Amino acid sequence: MVDQLTPVLTRRWQSPRSWSIDTYEQLEGYQALRHALTAHPDQIIQLVKDSGLRGRGGAGFPTGMKWSFIPQGPTGPGAKPKYLVVNADEGEPGTCKDIPTMMADPHALIEGCIITCYAIRANFCAIYVRGEALHCIRRLRKAVDEARAKGYLGPNILGSGFDLEIVVHAGAGAYICGEETALLDSLEGRRGQPRLKPPFPATSGLYASPTVVNNVETIASVPAIVMGGSDWFRSMGTEKSPGPKIYSISGHVERPGQYEAPLGTTLRQLLELAGGMKDGIPLKFWTPGGSSTPIFTAEHLDVPLDFEGAAAAGSMLGTTAVQVFNETVSVPWAVMKWTEFYKHESCGKCTPCREGTYWLVQILERMVHGQGTEADVETMLDICDNILGRSFCALGDGATSPITSAIKYFRQEFLDLIAEQPGVKRPEQLDDLVGAKA
Amino acid sequence: MTIAPEEKKEARPVPEGHVRLTIDGIEVDAPKGEILIRTCERLGIVVPRFCDHPLLDPAGACRQCLVEVEMGGRPMPKPQASCTMTVADGMVVRTQHTSPVAKKAQEGVMELLLINHPLDCPICDKGGECPLQNQAMSTGRTDSRFVDQKRTFPKPLPISTQVLLDRERCVLCQRCTRFSEQIAGDPFIDLLERGAQQQIGTAQDKPFQSYFSGNTIQICPVGALTSAAYRFRSRPFDLVSTPGVDEHTASGAAIRIDSRRGTVMRRLAGNDPEVNEEWIDDKARFAFRYLRSKGRITRPLVRGADGQLHEASWTEAMRVAADGLLAARERGIGVLAGGRLTVEDAYAYAKFARLAAGTNDIDFRARVNSAEELDFLASHVVGRGPAHLSYNRLEAAPAVLCVALEPEEEAPIVYLRLRKAARKHGQRVFHLGQWTTPAVERTSLETGSAAPAAKDNLIPAVPGAEAAVLAELPEHVVEALRGGGVILVGERAAEVPGLYSAVAALGERTGATVGWVPRRAGDRGALDAGAVPTLLPGGRPVADAAARAEVEKAWGLAEGTLPATPGRDTDEILAAAANGELAALVVGGVDPYDLADPDAALAALREVGFLVSLELHTSAVTELADVVLPVAPDAQRSGSYLNWEGRRREFGPALDASGVLPDCRVLDTLAVEMDVDLFTQTPAAAAGEFARLGAWAGPRPAAPSVPAGEPLRPGFGQAVLATWRQLIDNSTLAVDEPALAGTARPAYLRINAATAQVLGLTEGRPGTVRTDRGEITLPVAFADLPDGVVWLPGNSGDSRVRAVLGVGHGDLVGVTA
Repeated sequence: MVDQLTPVLTRRWQSPRSWSIDTYEQLEGYQALRHALTAHPDQIIQLVKDSGLRGRGGAGFPTGMKWSFIPQGPTGPGAKPKYLVVNADEGEPGTCKDIPTMMADPHALIEGCIITCYAIRANFCAIYVRGEALHCIRRLRKAVDEARAKGYLGPNILGSGFDLEIVVHAGAGAYICGEETALLDSLEGRRGQPRLKPPFPATSGLYASPTVVNNVETIASVPAIVMGGSDWFRSMGTEKSPGPKIYSISGHVERPGQYEAPLGTTLRQLLELAGGMKDGIPLKFWTPGGSSTPIFTAEHLDVPLDFEGAAAAGSMLGTTAVQVFNETVSVPWAVMKWTEFYKHESCGKCTPCREGTYWLVQILERMVHGQGTEADVETMLDICDNILGRSFCALGDGATSPITSAIKYFRQEFLDLIAEQPGVKRPEQLDDLVGAKA
Repeated sequence: MTIAPEEKKEARPVPEGHVRLTIDGIEVDAPKGEILIRTCERLGIVVPRFCDHPLLDPAGACRQCLVEVEMGGRPMPKPQASCTMTVADGMVVRTQHTSPVAKKAQEGVMELLLINHPLDCPICDKGGECPLQNQAMSTGRTDSRFVDQKRTFPKPLPISTQVLLDRERCVLCQRCTRFSEQIAGDPFIDLLERGAQQQIGTAQDKPFQSYFSGNTIQICPVGALTSAAYRFRSRPFDLVSTPGVDEHTASGAAIRIDSRRGTVMRRLAGNDPEVNEEWIDDKARFAFRYLRSKGRITRPLVRGADGQLHEASWTEAMRVAADGLLAARERGIGVLAGGRLTVEDAYAYAKFARLAAGTNDIDFRARVNSAEELDFLASHVVGRGPAHLSYNRLEAAPAVLCVALEPEEEAPIVYLRLRKAARKHGQRVFHLGQWTTPAVERTSLETGSAAPAAKDNLIPAVPGAEAAVLAELPEHVVEALRGGGVILVGERAAEVPGLYSAVAALGERTGATVGWVPRRAGDRGALDAGAVPTLLPGGRPVADAAARAEVEKAWGLAEGTLPATPGRDTDEILAAAANGELAALVVGGVDPYDLADPDAALAALREVGFLVSLELHTSAVTELADVVLPVAPDAQRSGSYLNWEGRRREFGPALDASGVLPDCRVLDTLAVEMDVDLFTQTPAAAAGEFARLGAWAGPRPAAPSVPAGEPLRPGFGQAVLATWRQLIDNSTLAVDEPALAGTARPAYLRINAATAQVLGLTEGRPGTVRTDRGEITLPVAFADLPDGVVWLPGNSGDSRVRAVLGVGHGDLVGVTA
């Protein structure tokens, strides 16, 4: 067993009043900013590139490279205002890393925002927080006020001549607004639906200006990189996926929660950290990165959870939302619940996602209620095939992951549901069937 | 069998600005930036689609047009929407014809679209011309696997009095919302809710009150949007379609008239990229029931000894009319042609006046007019065509100034072009007007998605001061016009002394192209056909002997036959008729209430010795006429209009034309009764003769130089009146269209807040405008008018400005709460 925990983002979480600027400053807070302001913005971008930091929102795009796409210069596209937008619309089922970060250590995010804005030469930053996370919004706003009062925000930050304003924007509770272009539309006051790409946000994002959209965890990692340097950052994780990562573990484990460990940590190691399976009931299936990533089973206990490892094993790292399900859980039932979520959250823009999720839910609900047919399994797979890669954005793709992966590993369970459940079975018998009440 | 050796392909160079790609094995060069689906179309490869529309920005929403794409030898991992992808060099594309992946993707999307689509095709208006129906047959699966619950909505939902929404049928392609936002600029409709509950809808208490709403019905790829007037009335395959031309405005918009068994069932926009692209306004689309209205005159009427009009035979009516006119000819006959004539009819009127009546006392201008206008039309307008100024030239102009023209209300297709130019090419559109109307807002530059629209494109002027303002335009406007700008002037310029002169001067000063945009369809044609007191057909000045000689030669007249002095204009003709200088009048489609002084006009019609009316409908003229001769509506005749560009817009009969006669034929017969031959028995004959006559090649008269007038100064309790007409109002040709009338903009008295306070008006409360003739009361709405100015719609509801108040734009009116 390794000493897995690498508290970087989470290291202040246990401190008393960790969210206050006083605590933050005592614990090296805003030192990275002072350091960064002495460097040239391009040096910061290079540093982040060198560190190998990859986006923590799920796609894993190299952060420094994203920043370097922002056009610079006094003329042409570089002359437009530039923006940083922080995606804090944490909505992926099972994901619980950004909201704790913002609750426990909001200044880490704010300091990251300031350094990032300095690097990309933006003077306006918006943090788009999921509307339901009201406490979080209040705390962030307070933190922004504190930072401004101390001269970390506003005009001429720390006498550097650099100006920055941060706006904490409350979303209105739509999963699709976690998709970066839908988020931008929502932020502009429009209907939250994904935009056509190209143009990409780097050239035409918020208010049609060059925009960097990054996840909370990504931006909050920046001060640590500035302080520790790229080599230190690369000392954690793997070659292609360096650095620490907050794994949010939920479900049937003894101690669910956030565990910050290097990228490439396996579920076996994470389970050890989380105290093992709850009540010792064996593991049945799990998601490596939220419900949009294809499920894994007990076979995958030793898959290294980094971007390459998860992909090689047929899933995705996603948001490292590790949802653990033990043997009491019916796979079709869990898949049905997830699919209901996607149906509810489909924005409606494109046909495959809008109509496909609507149809899949009906099939799954019918199956779970004992009205399925064998043809339904094949139909579902085919519908998923007609959604995956055909929808406008990744929401539709994500909606198919639980279904196709569940049928891949647990097809018999779907078939059993049909065989054991002749059409006369009634919903009141469901409790026995799904076992979820355990 | 011999096999020819494979010919070595000559390496054709890729044309400049093009890329070379392969679609279904066919190598094709496409202009850079072309959308893939367009390239496929050019090759004759039909890729199914719903959201894609060539005139709308790409959306990529329906996902029906998926194809497989290979870039640089590497296949893209997912099928791509061909409606959003631009062509690239070396691209290899496989559509459903050559790619099983694309075929399956398309079938899959189609199946998904159909799961929530009702199977009500047999009762759906769109059935038979439905892209969903057609493409489900061509690229769908043979059966559906969907056995569950379809989503249902209450239906239909009226989103205006005219447009009904059936949400169950909607495939959410967003064509309608994108049209409203992008083309018309009035997004009354938008998407609501999300997921499978996503639907089109309107804001509460804000119906789809767009002048262009009918286009959404036409571009809807399913039967989700239907028109209240047409719903359930007909089947597409029972309709006979005839191309036509919009007769309501001077746009010259191409329309399609769909009729069944002699009845026009609906009208659609025709596709004419040079003119109206694929759009028409709602009046052009929906206002056609005048054809069967109760007021339609179908038989000749002759006033009997009892003072009443009686139906008469054509023979009798012609004889009575000819006798009356012959008796009056000695003293004089005036001809008021009206602004709704085809070129051929106007030519017949022009010829009738000169030959049968022996006079130049002819004027088509059935509205406020001036001598200055005649001079302007002669110097700047007559004889010019699209080569001088066209829609495309207008769109390409870097800057446009609208003078006395509210484009959305008075020239809706021109408005659409201006909006397109502002939106797509960053055209600066300036409006010399009184307040920031919707059109002013929607033709402003869209600088960024959320930035407030630039409002500095209104150049405000107190009514009457327009000419003076034009003389001292802000430098940036003059500068913008200098680089190939366009000045569009509306017919309302005649209401402001000196304005036409100022427009001419500004055109001279800036080198901007000047265009004249009248409101009515026939105005421009009547001008060129010579239905004016100063010009003979082809823009030949009456006073020019050489010009007269050309016409005399063409008409086979002896030299010196044509009257050499310019005739009277509309107001002078009426005045002369009133005081007995003229003994008879021949009146075409003229509404006295459109004239500067309706009371005086009616008095003149009453006083004149003999009155012949050629009309479609009973009107104020009918009541006073001695002989009424019915004429054919456009649907039952052929002819052509000259639109504001001077472009000839020909049309043929859409309905059986037996039993009705066009004006030119009626005048021809009437002239024969008077022993004169016009040779205008048919529109074709009239058109042929007019064409042979050609345009005047001689010098144009000089532009008018009337000094700019001073605006009137309102006294206590007074304001200066500003007014123009709204597109959908009380106009005669929009009768019997309650659904259309329901989408008219509500009539408001508009005034700025400060002036309202001085006059004691409150927003939302009634305000009254009065003169010694009458008063108009409307709810007050604030707008950014200049101080001391009040605006009323010209002819909307009770607000019939000329008829009730007897005054017009620039006059003083009393205003009270």
